[in-house]
Amino acid sequence: MPEPILKIEGLDAHYRDFQALYGVSAQVDQGEVVAIIGANGAGKTTLMRSVAGLLKNRPEAIRWKGQAIGRLRADQVAALGIALVPEGRLLFPSLSVEENLIIGGQIGRKGPWSLDTVYRLFPILKERRNQQSTSLSGGQQQMVAIGRALMSNPELILMDEISLGLAPVIIRQIYEALPGIVGEGMAAVIVEQDIAKALSVTSRVYCLQEGRVALQGLSATLSREEISRAYFGM
Amino acid sequence: MDWVNAILQGTLLGGLYALFAAGLSLIFGVMRLVNIAHGDLIVLAAYLGLTASTALGLHPLVALVLVVPAMFAIGYVLQRGILNRTMGDDILPPLLVTFGLSIIIQNGLLTVYTADPQKLQAGNLETASLSAGGLTVGVLPLIVFITAVAIIGALQWMFYHTALGRAFRATSDRQDIAQLMGLNRAHVFGLAMGLSLAVTAVAGIFLGIRTSFDPAVGGSRLIFGFEAVIIGGLGNLWGTLAGGIVLGVSQALGGQIHPSLQILSGHIVFLVILAVRPRGLFPKMEG
Ligand SMILES: Nc1ncnc2c1ncn2[C@@H]1O[C@H](COP(=O)(O)OP(=O)(O)O)[C@@H](O)[C@H]1O
Ligand SMILES: [Mg+2]
Repeated sequence: MPEPILKIEGLDAHYRDFQALYGVSAQVDQGEVVAIIGANGAGKTTLMRSVAGLLKNRPEAIRWKGQAIGRLRADQVAALGIALVPEGRLLFPSLSVEENLIIGGQIGRKGPWSLDTVYRLFPILKERRNQQSTSLSGGQQQMVAIGRALMSNPELILMDEISLGLAPVIIRQIYEALPGIVGEGMAAVIVEQDIAKALSVTSRVYCLQEGRVALQGLSATLSREEISRAYFGM
Repeated sequence: MDWVNAILQGTLLGGLYALFAAGLSLIFGVMRLVNIAHGDLIVLAAYLGLTASTALGLHPLVALVLVVPAMFAIGYVLQRGILNRTMGDDILPPLLVTFGLSIIIQNGLLTVYTADPQKLQAGNLETASLSAGGLTVGVLPLIVFITAVAIIGALQWMFYHTALGRAFRATSDRQDIAQLMGLNRAHVFGLAMGLSLAVTAVAGIFLGIRTSFDPAVGGSRLIFGFEAVIIGGLGNLWGTLAGGIVLGVSQALGGQIHPSLQILSGHIVFLVILAVRPRGLFPKMEG
């Protein structure tokens, strides 16, 4: 067994007085694709933001290749090779499509991803490169958000509800691009509402319920009943 | 001819006001910070220029070589050391802290330099003038105006064509997501304040060459700067230049009617524009 690259242990996350995560433990191996599922408000986004450094936690609660990173700033976490595709895309409206991508690569990590390779993955973005990012359709904006994260050549990419609010045909298009993304040995954590979709593209799954890990297992072997019990708490 | 001349002089004066305002506009644009101490920092720059020119015998314009980097450093340290700690969802703490800073700077200047009015000696430059077609313009006001246009043009170019400008815009859009891109907000804000005060250094030196100054004159410079920013439209640097010119011309025309109306007419035009176009003449286009 290789050591996991990301190891979360006993993570409690708070928004002021409100506790959103209770002792969450999870791990991601190198090159592995993991799903996080759970109902609205279960804490999926909180977990993503904690790993990315947008929420401050106990340092040892999150380890990256053994290093305690729970308290690092987001820019420091990004430099280590973790990128977040945030829920709601959150592009920079003052920047053009291409500038959104360039700024994603600002950290200067070496790797396969560059403007060229992102444009090859999503050719439509090349046509729209000089437009304001807000003038794009939702699906195209999501492509920019993914491309922006890839531009930092991360070893782990966190994708928070990349299909939220998109038409099914667009969702399929984006998920078809996924193997080309994680194929290069990059690990991924995918937060997804569509459970069937989440199970089909991942090897392992964690189900969060009210801030706790209610279920974990192999995507291929977990039963429907187990999952809906963990999902809805019934 | 007097009126044409007044408009010309007012336009050139507007360049100085635009320099007062550009730094304010920049930090408001990048971090939504309203710096009440801005006028006092202009005066501080003038005094630094005074010290550099008296102690080292430098021409005040040459002293810029020292004062600009010094003010940049002061801005960066001020932002990272103090102002960053006050920034958040609530806009009141930075207002209060920069207000306190304003008082500290004024009293510090009083202690070091006394309340005596001072002036930067620029030799022939102060009186040199050019004449054409019955109009006469001073060389100094012309230099100030050209410098203002050049600085604002350079800032605008920096904003839209450099990595630093991209970082400023991204941080202004979404601070936390910019942080994900490896941009440390604290550092980006420090650079913005440093740049703001570097521009302020130029404004302070020109102020000190044009008129006499004492530690208490910062307040009205802050007002002129604010008025130029708001007339032009928040977050739009060329608008800020236009705002400075509108303010300068208003004052010059008022002064042409009666000298006592000079300052007042500037404020009145500001209030009228604020009432008719609350977002300024050239509001930044959204989305
Ligand atoms: N900024 C915030 N301030 C306070 N509470 C929050 C904030 N963001 C999320 N929460 C709360 O934390 C819990 C988990 O939210 P979130 O992680 O967004 O869930 P999910 O992504 O699974 O829908 C919810 O109860 C939510 O209301
Ligand atoms: Mg969420």
